[in-house]
Amino acid sequence: MNIHEYQGKEILRKYGVAVPNGRVAYTVEEAVEAAKDLGTAVSVVKAQIHAGGRGKAGGVKVAKNLDEVRTYADEILGKTLVTHQTGPQGKEVKRLLIEEGCDIKQEYYVGLVLDRATSRVTMMASEEGGTEIEEVAEKTPEKIFKEVIDPVTGLLPYQARRLAFNINIPKEYLSKAVKFMLGLYQVFVEKDCSIAEINPLVTTGDGNVLALDAKFNFDDNALFRQKDIQEFRDLDEEDEKEIEASKYDLSYVALDGNIGCMVNGAGLAMATMDIIKHYGGEPANFLDVGGGATTEKVTEAFKIILSDSNVKGILVNIFGGIMKCDVIAEGVVQATKQVGLEIPLVVRLEGTNVDLGKKILAESGLNITAAESMADGAEKIVSLVK
Amino acid sequence: MSVFINKDTKVIVQGITGSTALFHTKQMLEYGTKIVGGVTPKKGGTEVEGVPVFDTVKDAVDQTGANASVIYVPAPFAADAIMEAVDAEMDLVICITEHIPVMDMLKVKRYMEGKKTRLVGPNCPGVITPEECKIGIMPGYIHKKGHIGVVSRSGTLTYEAVHQLSEAGFGQSTAVGIGGDPVNGTDFIDVLKAFNEDPETEAVMMIGEIGGTAEEEAAEWVKANMTKPVVGFIGGATAPPGKRMGHAGAIISGGKGTAADKIKVMNACGIEVADTPSVMGETLIGVLKEKGLHDKCKTH
Repeated sequence: MNIHEYQGKEILRKYGVAVPNGRVAYTVEEAVEAAKDLGTAVSVVKAQIHAGGRGKAGGVKVAKNLDEVRTYADEILGKTLVTHQTGPQGKEVKRLLIEEGCDIKQEYYVGLVLDRATSRVTMMASEEGGTEIEEVAEKTPEKIFKEVIDPVTGLLPYQARRLAFNINIPKEYLSKAVKFMLGLYQVFVEKDCSIAEINPLVTTGDGNVLALDAKFNFDDNALFRQKDIQEFRDLDEEDEKEIEASKYDLSYVALDGNIGCMVNGAGLAMATMDIIKHYGGEPANFLDVGGGATTEKVTEAFKIILSDSNVKGILVNIFGGIMKCDVIAEGVVQATKQVGLEIPLVVRLEGTNVDLGKKILAESGLNITAAESMADGAEKIVSLVK
Repeated sequence: MSVFINKDTKVIVQGITGSTALFHTKQMLEYGTKIVGGVTPKKGGTEVEGVPVFDTVKDAVDQTGANASVIYVPAPFAADAIMEAVDAEMDLVICITEHIPVMDMLKVKRYMEGKKTRLVGPNCPGVITPEECKIGIMPGYIHKKGHIGVVSRSGTLTYEAVHQLSEAGFGQSTAVGIGGDPVNGTDFIDVLKAFNEDPETEAVMMIGEIGGTAEEEAAEWVKANMTKPVVGFIGGATAPPGKRMGHAGAIISGGKGTAADKIKVMNACGIEVADTPSVMGETLIGVLKEKGLHDKCKTH
């Protein structure tokens, strides 16, 4: 799960990690009010969307007085920002962060990730602040420094110091930089983060070390014990179909194609998308109905697939293991009856009770094309959609 | 022979009184797996499916001599269950449970350092040595005894591969699901090593997916060490970057972990990769023919 920059900064503040003063605003009036309360000579108006590259897209402006705050807030609120992370359709700005301006001396990068190869949390730092870390990794990998963290001890002060020295943070800022890094690690483990990126981390003229930006991603599997993080969920930032799917515990990802897929198992669901593409089609979604799909779940899955107006045909691919094919077949028949179906539907069933499943489909009187294998199913749906 | 489990493996089921665990305990018993006990705290002294239930893993091991455990405990408590089994010095722990927080698994991995236990999973279908022992949730009947080792990050995609092999007459030595999580116990290399040393296994089918670099590392290992042919498949060639595809570990992040990258490295390391999931079996059989192993591996 992703959250907004201002929410990330709220968390950091609670952990004693330094961030500029600031406040969220949903309207132009609230923005002006926030700037007035901050009372600083310069304030920054920042678009809050779940995507990077906001500055380049015109979503971050420095205002020298309240009039400028009003002008920029008016300009940015409601604007659709297109960045390299939003896709071509962009994202509409509905919230702003009004923040005090600060006297930046130098920009750095500090991030925490889970390193899968070592099964350890790793802190990364670089003096190339403000640039995408992937870009730094590609062009100047020698400028990225890493510390692998033992989960028993957590990030140790000497590791934080070593990082600070390696990225050339001047010694007058050292103790503040160390405190910052230790606090950030604390947030990462206690809040079950999967990514925490501070880019840039800045040193300021008045001797501070601050997070100028904050990007957090949380482990969905741990949200059950992170109630305060759940509160930060912004449904405006998510695909409607994905929200609907999550209500029924269906794993769904919207894609750009026109062939809807319903599959059991994540691996098989990905492979089904791949084989559609192989035969010249484009999948409209990833959808794993899971191991315990019931008639109700199958029906909901169908509704979600059909709510995508791009969908011109559906491929159901089931390998019944513990999941019995007759249950799936029954679900497909029920769903089609309830929702109505005017587009081609190809069903491939294999595994437990496959004959019974096929019989149910054949006797349903519905316009369902049966497929003998994954390849056969993909070929059929691709040709039916064309 | 086989890898990790055989007809003599004595298994306990952790979380045995839960509905999923009960269902699968019944299935495993029917398959012939030696389930010697179960563990559910506070239910010690009772019996389910004719199997004695204990309060702790230690009790279960002491009284039954079990050497393997399978875990169906709900995600919030699963990491603790794994560590309890490790503490009881189990040889093998197979964790079926899905959705365990990554932070918990980091602790588990650290806890296991220097201990004797092998962990398979979490978020996996389990391990099966056909016609001898089934530990997990896979449909037993699609598997046939034979000489192909199967190792995979995905459940249903493994069934698909096994089904294709069995239909074509090629039985399996053991099929191991290593699971779809970013931090897991046994990895591809551990399983490949075991298959390489197993006299029953003649060739290996390795099924990976997007995310991480486990397939690339395994491919390098195969190139340097493997004496038996390996054929692969990678799911998720069409998956968009930055989106988690069902499995917690199946995500392309920072441009890393794409199917194209993995296939490239695998090919360079001498692993033939099936173009589509429907030709996984066919591709392996083609390689068996090339290597003169076809007749030896054809079991039925």
